[in-house]
Amino acid sequence: MSNWSDLMQPGTNQQDLADNKPAKTKQGARYSVGIDLGTTHCVLSYAEVSDIDDEQFSPQVMAIPQLTSPGSVEEKQQLPSFLYQAHEAELAEGSTSLPWTAKPDQLVGEIARNLGSKTPIRLVSSAKSWLCHAGVDCKEPILPAEAPEEVERVSPFQATTAYLQHLRDAWQNQHPEAPLEQQDVVITVPASFDPAARELTVDAARAVGLGQAILLEEPQAALYSWIEKSHGDWRNHAEVGDIILVIDVGGGTTDLSLIAVTQQDGTLELTRVAVGDHILLGGDNMDLALAYTIKAKLEQDGKRLEAWQVQALTHSCRDAKEKIFNHSDADNIPLVVASRGSSLIGGTLRTELTREEVNRVLVEGFLPRVAVSDKPLSRARTGLRTTGLPYAQDAGITRHLAAFLTKQQGATAELDDINLPEHATFLHPTAVLFNGGVLKADALGVRLLEVLNSWLAAEQAPEVRLLMGADLDLAVARGAAYYGYVRKGKGVRIKGGTAASYYVGVESAMLAVPGMAPEIHALCIAPFGMEEGTQQELQDDEFGLVIGEPVRFRFFASNTRREDNVGTRLTYWNNDELSELDEIEITLPAESRKPGEIVPVRLCAAVTEVGTLELQAISQKDGNSWKIEFDVRERE
Amino acid sequence: MNSYLIDLSLKPTTFDLWHICLAGTVAVLAMVLIALLLVMIISMSRCKKRPTQQVAVPMAEPVVKIIEKIIEVEKIVQAPAPEPLVLKESTPDAALQLLSLLQNEARFIDFIKEDITAFNDADIGIAARVVHEGCNKAINEHFTLAPVRNEQEGNKITLQDGFDASAVRLTGNIIGKAPFTGTLIHKGWQVTDIRLPKLTHGHNATIVAPAEVEL
Repeated sequence: MSNWSDLMQPGTNQQDLADNKPAKTKQGARYSVGIDLGTTHCVLSYAEVSDIDDEQFSPQVMAIPQLTSPGSVEEKQQLPSFLYQAHEAELAEGSTSLPWTAKPDQLVGEIARNLGSKTPIRLVSSAKSWLCHAGVDCKEPILPAEAPEEVERVSPFQATTAYLQHLRDAWQNQHPEAPLEQQDVVITVPASFDPAARELTVDAARAVGLGQAILLEEPQAALYSWIEKSHGDWRNHAEVGDIILVIDVGGGTTDLSLIAVTQQDGTLELTRVAVGDHILLGGDNMDLALAYTIKAKLEQDGKRLEAWQVQALTHSCRDAKEKIFNHSDADNIPLVVASRGSSLIGGTLRTELTREEVNRVLVEGFLPRVAVSDKPLSRARTGLRTTGLPYAQDAGITRHLAAFLTKQQGATAELDDINLPEHATFLHPTAVLFNGGVLKADALGVRLLEVLNSWLAAEQAPEVRLLMGADLDLAVARGAAYYGYVRKGKGVRIKGGTAASYYVGVESAMLAVPGMAPEIHALCIAPFGMEEGTQQELQDDEFGLVIGEPVRFRFFASNTRREDNVGTRLTYWNNDELSELDEIEITLPAESRKPGEIVPVRLCAAVTEVGTLELQAISQKDGNSWKIEFDVRERE
Repeated sequence: MNSYLIDLSLKPTTFDLWHICLAGTVAVLAMVLIALLLVMIISMSRCKKRPTQQVAVPMAEPVVKIIEKIIEVEKIVQAPAPEPLVLKESTPDAALQLLSLLQNEARFIDFIKEDITAFNDADIGIAARVVHEGCNKAINEHFTLAPVRNEQEGNKITLQDGFDASAVRLTGNIIGKAPFTGTLIHKGWQVTDIRLPKLTHGHNATIVAPAEVEL
């Protein structure tokens, strides 16, 4: 493994030079800024970092001014990740101005969510989930997915850019003396984001002038926040041999990570050893499930509900659920859906949400007591699914967790400090850190621990400890701000590298058999755990690329094959070992060459300081290199 | 039955006690009227004189003072009798905004404007939940409320001399001097923080709830 900067050879074209420059922490940056770019909410946290000790680090959460309804601007800690494509006749002139602009390019935040609740065809939501959705080009205007032709569409990339721009403008407005592009900026992404989605996020940051921003995985950010909040005391709560399981259940996604605690020269070290798959399942599913339960109950009584009533019911279910979870004496909460006209009395629909229903639908439905050998069900479509995104088919979070721990049984095999019993059928975590608003409900957290402990007890392993003290809504942004500080060489840093190994598909050189597609081999081009700022070149295999013609490769990732090195060729693999990502594409520009000429190249993988994977084709003749594009989804 | 007839053409032939009383009353009322008029004239003439005297005081004093002591001159200029209190005019925008918040979150105006006489208590109760829940949310979101006194209602409390009379109102048997001891009837409410939305220029605040048309 050689240093990334060694790659820079004479003759490399200018564009690549700019892209590959290691993103060092900004000299003289006053603040470390963490941005949690969530599926349903964005949060920005910041802290002054000039000459302070670990104990003094105190991140603050920025109040984000945003339109809440036409004509009114409020400051809120969270910016809802929604974008509304208003009709030109819909809003009065001057009713959308913000403190920094008379007319914003895009309506984002609370106003978008409010207007969109009544006009869903113009609402863009869950843009982040689209970024990681195989099979669509994220720079194509495709959202809102179900809007009529006439509605102007934006790409998931544009929507992400719009949220970042709002955050940047809000910052600039409050800190005119410290432009955001001169601060250390950390943006969080789900641990399960594939290389293409990470790259798109960095591109979006670059589009609003935040070229220096680096990425951090959300579960890691949550752990950083826990470390930061303990003010150095975390060493008393973690011990060598611990495996910390981070369970992050947000509004739209469930993200799982395992972090091992090891020892090096007497000091504790943290290594992120495994991340889960991208599971589109979260708090929004829970609210929807409750609303549908209530709807079914009302329909039994002969009351038909209209779409807007179901929507209103979802809202009141969210509030009622929280009341039931937070007040142990409230066994049934009345739900009311007011009529839409000005006459309130008489037209209002009333029903009740009972504790039994909440337990049955949420606790039993989303966190069922299952065995660790259970697998998430597939093909069991329920009423929760909306067209478009590949939502998780099994709502059982515990089943996803069981599958994750079983699949990652060998995650700590290389660490001497971690000893798993021989009879173990899954990786035994010793501590759990919760994150995400959903787990604020004690009943859900208690059930998760109960199920996890039942698996451990079956294998005579000790119960897990719950790591306390994290702010479940804001931890990710706070942790991201702390990471900016850690990168200056202070505090403790979680090691990790890439969370998967990557492969390109090559056709095997075998005799052609009529009617059979040639067999595909997977050639490893980036191993598991490649650290930021390193690169590896595929030595033995050369590819002949035709100038001016795009060449595509099938692209695979594995989050379990830790032993494969660059150049390892897999002729056979299990379906759950390798998952296919979108194809990657190289086009050699016909700059000083004849179109049609064939250039022999080697493939080279690098993990940038920013945290993205970069693939390059390096010419064997003159050392020129070309970037291999990830986001070529379905582009015709 | 006796009935009293009024004959305006009739002239009194005898001068009895009733007529003496009437004449006396007329004389007394005339005296009072004259006295009042005199008082008014006097007081008005005094009022006219006063401003001229007031102007004269500050005008005269600086002349007497040594010129180097400019600061003292300034102090004296500030000294004139307190100006008549102008009551604060509250801006309608904030009030309209609050109405709008309560209507949007709690259907407050819909509820208040509806004639509830025809409905039974159960129906009103259901609607009241909408209003209560929404008001609670709107108020909590935009105001931080705290009790003025943290003691339990019904307890005896003692107010020291110089207590804030605008924060604590005395009622009932108010006699003697501070410290006062009495029963806390209502703990009071105070707003410790207020977070009203800012309005964009050109926003018509009088539309507290726009009409809604579904296409």
